[in-house]
Order: sequence, then structure tokens, then C-alpha cells
Amino acid sequence: MATREEITSGLAEILEEVAGVNPDDVAEDKSFTDDLDVDSLSMVEVVVAAEEKFGVKIPDNEVQNLKTVGDAVSFIEANH
Amino acid sequence: MTAGSRIVAMGHYQPSRVVTNSDLAEIVDTNDEWIRSRVGIAERRVADSESVADMATFAAEKALASSGLTAADIDMVVVATCSSIDRCPNVATRVAARLGVNAPAAFDLNTACSGFSYGLGTVDHAIRAGASRNAIVIGAEKLSDLTDWTDRSTAVLFGDGAGAAVVTAAAEGEQAGVGPVLWGSAPDKGDVLRIEGRQPYIQQEGQIVFRWATTELAPFALQALERAGVRPDEIAAFVPHQANTRIIDGIVKRLGLGPDVVVAKDLVESGNTSAASIPLALSKLIERREVPSGAPILLFGFGGGLTYAGQVIRCP
Repeated sequence: MATREEITSGLAEILEEVAGVNPDDVAEDKSFTDDLDVDSLSMVEVVVAAEEKFGVKIPDNEVQNLKTVGDAVSFIEANH
Repeated sequence: MTAGSRIVAMGHYQPSRVVTNSDLAEIVDTNDEWIRSRVGIAERRVADSESVADMATFAAEKALASSGLTAADIDMVVVATCSSIDRCPNVATRVAARLGVNAPAAFDLNTACSGFSYGLGTVDHAIRAGASRNAIVIGAEKLSDLTDWTDRSTAVLFGDGAGAAVVTAAAEGEQAGVGPVLWGSAPDKGDVLRIEGRQPYIQQEGQIVFRWATTELAPFALQALERAGVRPDEIAAFVPHQANTRIIDGIVKRLGLGPDVVVAKDLVESGNTSAASIPLALSKLIERREVPSGAPILLFGFGGGLTYAGQVIRCP
């Protein structure tokens, strides 16, 4: 079972690779679009990479609910 | 039964009016950098007076002129389109009339953006079955008629144009130039891309379409290669549907194509022209002699429906 911190740092790695986000900027209260400048298509790439990394299924209709890094961490924590 | 079919010539037509990203920024809230980074399109062609049948005819005339055949040799005309406003007569018979083709089997086919590969597969089957000797298959779209020019999420994506192929029966002992089609659809997700109702505009759930295209299609493209007996490292060019450079890059990565493979990115100058995108890109690639004659090219169309189809062809 990964901790919230481990999931956050895993997401930071993905965000850096997919969207060029500085890992130091990634924190649970950050909004993907407003704070980290992740566009809607990059968000899909983040979701697909997160599915593989954490062994979770993130359905299409769930993607729009993942507004902040914390939202994604909670979803992954509850479903992996 | 024959030994299969081959493409002998291609032709294409685009309207002369160029609409750049900056032109669009004057009518909707968008900008060149946003469109280029999200979609990869710099400009598109938009028809003024030309209809779908006009553009289809112009493309077919060019293909026929460089095929060595005449209208009298053609016995089948297939037009892939999802944007013809007129329902009857169909586009195919209008094209046939203007080319002077006598009594062909003539029909339109609508699988949206995968239409050209569906049409090519259909024509190949007809030739293999002996139902046709020489066919013309066309992808032609006037998406500007179906675009909401006040909606910045879709107005930046589309363009108008047509591409055509002359397909003929391969001679005895000659290698088939059109490989087995791999076709299918994901109808359970069909509603994520729509042109519906009496005042139809193109609408889509972009994230869902993007995810489907970048994660689910590569295995089907690999199956098309397998059916043709061609390995991914053997293809000279990849001509996918031209919707978004990020989708194309995603599929290329999953296919594991090397840097030597020519990957068509005609959308930069043409936008997304749905069923016309593959024959437009392929015709230009052949015109520029980017691929040697006889070299294998993978075509793969995907889009509304959600339909997909692809096959390996030999460069004419």
C-alpha cells in the first residue's frame, strides 16, 4: 500500500515526463489546470500513465472530477 | 476471383481559401500558440462555392488522369463522406456523371474519419470477388458546413478537401497492393463524437476521444500489419487519420515505429478533413515522392462512431 506521499511523488514524476511540470511545484492543494498548467489532453496522458504506475482503473467519467493533485491521490489511494 | 487489387494512382483537391489560426483568433477567443500546442494545426482550407461532390470530382479527375485508365474503364465509384448535406442523389453518382463513367456501381459510405480505409477495403473486396475490375474510391468532406464557427473548442479543428484513389485488379502473379483491411468500431462509445439533429454541428467529448485514440488503436494497427504479413520495422510510411499531432505521436510511440518511417502530418496545413484526411495526405506524399514505388505504407483511419479501419498498401 503506497502512502499519500508516495502517490504524490509518483504523480510528480508522471507530470514531469508528460507535461514538463517541475516536481517541486507538485503538492496536494495544486490544481492541475490552474496551478500546474496541465491542458486537458495532457491530463488524459497523466491519467493513463497513473493507471499503469499504480495499477488502478480511472474511468472516463472520473477524469473531470480530478481537479487537484489531492483529488487524484485520494482516488488512487481508495482504488488501488 | 483475382489476385487482389492495387492502387495505381492518387489525386487530391483542396479549396484555395486558406484560413490561418490568426484568422480564427479574430472570430473566436483562441490563438496560434494554443492551437499549435494542443492540436498541431497551423492552417486549414475552407470551401467557398465548392460542394462535397465538386471536391470529390476534382480529386477523382486528377487520380484518373495519372492512372493510365479512362472513365470508360471504371465500373465502381465509392465516396466516403459524413458531410454531404444532399441526401439524394448520392455523391458517388454525381461524381460518376461528371467524370463520364457509364453505369458504375456507385454509393456513398459513412464511417466518418475512418471512411477512406473502409471504402478501400470495400473496393478491394469487390475486386477480389470479381464484382469490379477498376474502381475509384474517394474521401471528400466539407466540414465547414457542419462547424459552429462560434465554438472555439471545435472551430479550430476542421477543414475541407478531397482525396481519391484509382484501384484496379492486380494482374495474375502480381503482388497485391492493398492488404487485408482490419476494421471495427466501439459503438458503446459512439456518442462521444456527434453530428446530429436538423441543424447539425460537430460536437465531441475531446478527452474521451483522445484517450480512446491514443490507448486503444495501436493494437488494431498492429493487426492490420500482421494480416498483411508486414512487420512494423518494414513499413516505409504511416498515414493515420489527421486529427491531432499528439494523437499521431501517441500511436507512433505505441507502434514502436523508428525514425526512418515517414509519418504523415498533413493536418498542419489542412486541419482535420475527416474521411478526406488519409487520401489527401497519401496523395501529397506520393506526389512529393517521399516513398519509393512498391514500398509498404500503413493506412489507419479512426473517428466518429467510434469506427476504425486500416490496411497496408503498396506505394503506387
